[in-house]
Amino acid sequence: MFQYILRRLGLMVLTLFGVSVAIFVLLRIVPGNIADILFDSAGMVDPVEKQQIVKDLGLDLPLVTQYAHWIGGLARGDLGYSYVSEKPVLDEILPRIPITARLAGLALLFAVCAGVPFGVISAVRQNTGLDYLLRLISLAALSMPSFWLGLLVLMAFVNWFGILPIYDKAPPTWGAAILMYGVPAATVGFRSSALIMRLTRSSMLEVLRQDYVRTARSKGLSEPAVTFIHALRNAVLPVITTIGIETAFLFGGLIVTETVFNIPGVARFLVEAIRWRDYPMVQNLVMFIAVIVVLVNLIVDLAYMFVDPRIRLRA
Amino acid sequence: MLPVLEVSGLTTVFQTRSGLVRAVQDVSFSVNPGETLAIVGESGCGKTMTALSLMRLIPSPPGRITGGTVKLDGIDLLALDDAGMRRMRGSQIAMIFQEPMTALNPLFTVGRQIAEMISLHEGISRRSANSRAVEMLQHVRIPAPERRAREYPHQMSGGMRQRAMIAMALACKPKVLIADEPTTALDVTIQAQVLDLIDDLRKELGTAVVLITHDLGVVAEVADRMIVMYAGRKVEEGTTQNLFAAPSHPYLQGLMASIPKFGAQEGARLKEIPGIVPPLNNLPPGCAFAPRCPAAIGPCTETRPPLEMKRQGHAAACWVA
Amino acid sequence: MREALYYARRYPLGVAGALILIAFVVTAVFANVIAPYDPLTTNARFSLAPPSRHFLIGADMMGRDMLSRMIHGARISLAVALGATCIGSGLGAILGLTSGYIGGWFDLIVQRIAEIMQALPLLVMALVITASLGPSLVNTIIAIAIPLIPNVARVIRANVLSLRELNYVEAARAVGMRGRRIALVHVFPNTIAPLIVLATAQLGSTILTEASLSFLGLGVPEPYPSWGRMLSDSAAEYLRSAPWLVIFPGVAISLVVFGANLFGDALRDILDPRQGD
Repeated sequence: MFQYILRRLGLMVLTLFGVSVAIFVLLRIVPGNIADILFDSAGMVDPVEKQQIVKDLGLDLPLVTQYAHWIGGLARGDLGYSYVSEKPVLDEILPRIPITARLAGLALLFAVCAGVPFGVISAVRQNTGLDYLLRLISLAALSMPSFWLGLLVLMAFVNWFGILPIYDKAPPTWGAAILMYGVPAATVGFRSSALIMRLTRSSMLEVLRQDYVRTARSKGLSEPAVTFIHALRNAVLPVITTIGIETAFLFGGLIVTETVFNIPGVARFLVEAIRWRDYPMVQNLVMFIAVIVVLVNLIVDLAYMFVDPRIRLRA
Repeated sequence: MLPVLEVSGLTTVFQTRSGLVRAVQDVSFSVNPGETLAIVGESGCGKTMTALSLMRLIPSPPGRITGGTVKLDGIDLLALDDAGMRRMRGSQIAMIFQEPMTALNPLFTVGRQIAEMISLHEGISRRSANSRAVEMLQHVRIPAPERRAREYPHQMSGGMRQRAMIAMALACKPKVLIADEPTTALDVTIQAQVLDLIDDLRKELGTAVVLITHDLGVVAEVADRMIVMYAGRKVEEGTTQNLFAAPSHPYLQGLMASIPKFGAQEGARLKEIPGIVPPLNNLPPGCAFAPRCPAAIGPCTETRPPLEMKRQGHAAACWVA
Repeated sequence: MREALYYARRYPLGVAGALILIAFVVTAVFANVIAPYDPLTTNARFSLAPPSRHFLIGADMMGRDMLSRMIHGARISLAVALGATCIGSGLGAILGLTSGYIGGWFDLIVQRIAEIMQALPLLVMALVITASLGPSLVNTIIAIAIPLIPNVARVIRANVLSLRELNYVEAARAVGMRGRRIALVHVFPNTIAPLIVLATAQLGSTILTEASLSFLGLGVPEPYPSWGRMLSDSAAEYLRSAPWLVIFPGVAISLVVFGANLFGDALRDILDPRQGD
């Protein structure tokens, strides 16, 4: 078990290393570096000044050296400086993380709390009208662009309630805080909940066909006991794994939703950094995202191992 | 002695895409306390469906019990409401299944699954139920029962799992135990042990056992009486001794003849019953076995033969026998 | 033909999805004929005109007819969806086939690379690629195609591995010598069905990704009318004043993706019944 964790951590480091190389190279494939952009936007034309900027930012060094500087810095906790604001990258990213984290956590909570029960209902009432309705709704939810849902929600709030759930660093009331985080979180989580609902449904259907469900009934257990104690426990196992994969999709939803609702989180910041060609920022943000994704996958796999005795205790 | 289980005219059908399948047709039999009755037949003859019908575990959208009575100590199980039947299951009538690996929940310890049965029907505390569960495991001859009770099904061997299932089924001392092919999935050496266990427990607890099997060897070992089923109907019935000594129905005769015998001529062909079981949604007119029967005569394909006593304690449904 | 009708009767939802997709393709191909106006002509006089007899679903802030823009937008979405799906699935399939069949260190390397690529969410990777290559129609297609490759490669590879087991036994028993040739003829064609299912499933997600990219301003650029870009942040300003700007492009995207999903689900049930209920 311990060896397994070590092995996974090792693989994780290797993968992240690969990601860092990939993102570094990717950002520098096409000429048109930050100096040109800063230059053009500031209107300066003096080549000497440009040369100075290039030297200051270390852009004249060979790529490998630049990469080594970055990675070395990462290990020390120094993520470099933003090209745009000239502040340390860490200072820019750090305060934004909790905001996105709260949103992501709420979204996941919403997705599971909505997805699992509806999936169970759909499976237990298979092929009834309710089942078809739930399946259609979930398919429709998966077909809608996240950002459009966000726009529609905003529109509904503006036209029906007359208020805009705008982000406020210090929300005045509890109600305002709930609205501020809850509405965007529900928007992000909506799509995930549809996915989880479908997965729970098919997993549940599979489990309800199993012999041990029949055995449970033959013991005289009531249907609710059979469904929730015996069947559901087995059915949620693949859902746990999915949560890991879902986290990756969640980021996509976070990016657009933070943009729509104007929330100053890490996800929206990535888009801003890309628009500004702020390489150090983009590099580090992408690495951050990759670390989160890989870590969550590892945690989820471990949780799965913990929950399923067949893997935990190899006979 | 009054029979503890009296089945009369049991009929179960399934509504499928290819028509109505009559899985169990007008089946009647009775079992006395402490007796072992074997239900014998090929796959698809309806024996498992009969067993599931007794427990009312037929999957209800496609399947339906359409007729008959199943009296357990005088109470008709088919007439009970859902709650009433649930009270019966496990406490009065219990069942063990063919595949112990898939029949036990992989996520719960064996001890917990047995204790669940006990606390459900006897309402005792978790701790008492757990220790009773350990006792049961010991009763079914599993060594180190305290340790085994904390283990999961996948950590046990096939034979041990089957014993655990037996422990679970008999935990509340039901009056009737239905064993659906309990040894088919086990090694031959383990088969004998499990059969002996069931037999010993039967004698000790006075449980009536309904043993479903396709293996005539098993029947000869443990069954007092047996019934033979074909295409959903009962075609022969009697004491094991009588039926083995002189099988009446050509089907049973064919089954017995097809058992490979020691000392048979080298190079001789194994005897088989030609043809296959007819589809249960499209049975031939008259006797269902007629198309494959070596002794079939005219009336066999026109009218279905009723079950008649051919001898003392031996009945068969055949025009020829 | 009779087979098609048989399937059509059993999977009405799949037929509905197919019809939506066909309508989508027809609209895209014949956009020039169907659209009442030129989607690119701006006319400040008609800025933010509400739906009327002239502009069936209104005009945008630059006075361009929304209906014509939506119709031409179908072309863009179709181009990107087809392009990205074909390239992504095609390359992914090739990689999966060779990696699964050859095995060895080639397989190992491809696996590692796939793992690296899958450490990043789809949208993030597409964002970074368009960011580095610059916004253009072709670059958007590439940016969406690339993240598809590892997903497809993984599934196809798993498929090849399981098929290889099966066929080896047969080949070993039968002729034996022409193993490689036979595998080429037997193994590869059997991966077509799962590939089709996979590709169809990706169709919807490529359309959504393109919409998201364009929405963020990093996808298909002006002057191409992209449904996603029509919904971009500037549209948020007109939530109250011009709701038709927000509603219709989104409906179009959702409808097409819904059709693709319905069709894909039905196709999967037909070609790979093992996965169904």
